[in-house]
Amino acid sequence: MEGGFIAMPTDVILWILGGLILISAVMSLALRNLIHCALFLMVCFLGLAGLYLHLNAVFSGLVQALVYVGAVGIILIFAILLTEGGGTETGSHLGSQWRTGIGLAVLLAFALLGAVSNSPQTTQAARHTEEPTVREIGLKLMTDYLLPLQTIGLLLTAAAIGAVVLAMQEPKPRKDETP
Amino acid sequence: MEPLKGLLSTLWKALTDQPDPKAPFLESIPEDYRSLASAVLSVAPILMVFPLLFALTTVLERKGLGRIQNRLGPNRVGPAGFLQFAADGLKTLTKEDVVPRAADRVVHFLAPIALVIPVLLTFAVLPFGRNLAPIDLDAGLLFFFAVSSATELAVFMAGWASRNKYSLLGALRAVAQMVSYEIPLVLAALSVVMITGTLSLSAIAAAQSPTPGSFLAPWYVFTPWGLMGFLLFMIAACAEANRSPFDLPEGESEIIAGYYLEYSGFKFALFFLGEYLGLFASSGLAITLFLGGWNAPFAFMQGWLPSWVWFFAKLATLIAVFIWIRGTLPRVRMDQLMGLAWKFMIPMTLLTLVAAGLWHRLPSAPLRWVACTALLAGAFLVLGRVLMPRTRHGRRVYRYAD
Repeated sequence: MEGGFIAMPTDVILWILGGLILISAVMSLALRNLIHCALFLMVCFLGLAGLYLHLNAVFSGLVQALVYVGAVGIILIFAILLTEGGGTETGSHLGSQWRTGIGLAVLLAFALLGAVSNSPQTTQAARHTEEPTVREIGLKLMTDYLLPLQTIGLLLTAAAIGAVVLAMQEPKPRKDETP
Repeated sequence: MEPLKGLLSTLWKALTDQPDPKAPFLESIPEDYRSLASAVLSVAPILMVFPLLFALTTVLERKGLGRIQNRLGPNRVGPAGFLQFAADGLKTLTKEDVVPRAADRVVHFLAPIALVIPVLLTFAVLPFGRNLAPIDLDAGLLFFFAVSSATELAVFMAGWASRNKYSLLGALRAVAQMVSYEIPLVLAALSVVMITGTLSLSAIAAAQSPTPGSFLAPWYVFTPWGLMGFLLFMIAACAEANRSPFDLPEGESEIIAGYYLEYSGFKFALFFLGEYLGLFASSGLAITLFLGGWNAPFAFMQGWLPSWVWFFAKLATLIAVFIWIRGTLPRVRMDQLMGLAWKFMIPMTLLTLVAAGLWHRLPSAPLRWVACTALLAGAFLVLGRVLMPRTRHGRRVYRYAD
């Protein structure tokens, strides 16, 4: 795949996606209504998926959309509805420790900037490496990384069974209240 | 004049199955606009063909359901009532757009758009003909499922933003149903991926082309695991599209119309459109995965018709089956719906995967036929006879609200 499929400078797409991700991330924190926050978080996830696709990481991009928007987002929304009800909160936006938070965020931003600008990936001339295809990722997962994959699968199965067991412990309905 | 000639040549090449149909038009226009024109050439036919197919399907569905219920169905507008869709379309366009006062206006407005866009995107990877795949993506199947998972969010947005308890209940029902049936849908598709070893839908369709000299085309539906996978896939697709007998999210007798209760006019039409386009897309995927894509059923028929004719003939057949099912089966209950997904569909799809693996490993033809058929038929009997009767419900009791 060379270039975008629409003739547009690659920087412009990057700026649009970056702006979308940043704005939706800020909105997902700043808005009052929890459901609105969750929906903006989904926009943020979709923007990230678009960024992955733009950087030719097809597998990561598609999995980002499938897992985060399709699964995590739905879980998030169900959790909000089952607990808080998605009402609009009142009161101050800022918690009591907002100064510490901003300080930590600035520190983290500098640390990340330093790490990125000093990394050999950016200092060397951009090497043109072949992107791993979905097929190669699949083969790697099924050969070299089989044990980690199986372990994660086992862990997730255990988590799912645990969730079912927790959810099952409810008082049994009376006989005359058959569903 | 050059571009017009190029466009006609492109159209002719596309309709007659020639390789690289876009080339004549792209060569006739300036270099700078080619990539944009290529995208438009891919998108425009999808936007023209499938909404029109939707319009025709609504008429055919109403006529078919009418016949099943011993009445005539629409028969006034146009010849034999076939222009009914134009009247309906004009009606929805001119109707008042009512938004409830308490509704979340922005989310309420965005929900139908958020439903239609991902559904339209799924058509991008379907190979409609030998050289007619809009994007031949390496991970086409993954793209299909990744994009279509966004529709659940749109359904939720519609139900929540309406601020109506029936809408919210319908949305929660729809999301729970779509999440549950997405697992068997993906697992059933996975058996084909295991056999072909690729996620590219064009490659999967091409793998089912008949070899010269053979009689029957090697469609996957003609194998034991393929037949089971196809049936499970179609049941799951039916539930994903919220169609009868799985249309609980809009159960009229309980929650009026579910998540699109508070929508009127063209927004309602968009929901309708999105639902049917989703049905076409999953049918198209089922055709590509199990029914040989654009291939003819018999080897000697392969050159008779252009490949896209076979695809659309299969699509029309599947749509007819969906209409038939809607006219004959009653709606299931919520616990039956979930029980079917988790107790029957998921174990069956997992065993279909095992059967596909056996099919791949076993050497001789008779042995693998016997082994796979025995495995799947045995599992079907065991799951159906042993697991399902445990959920036996007592005699139906009519209760009235206190």
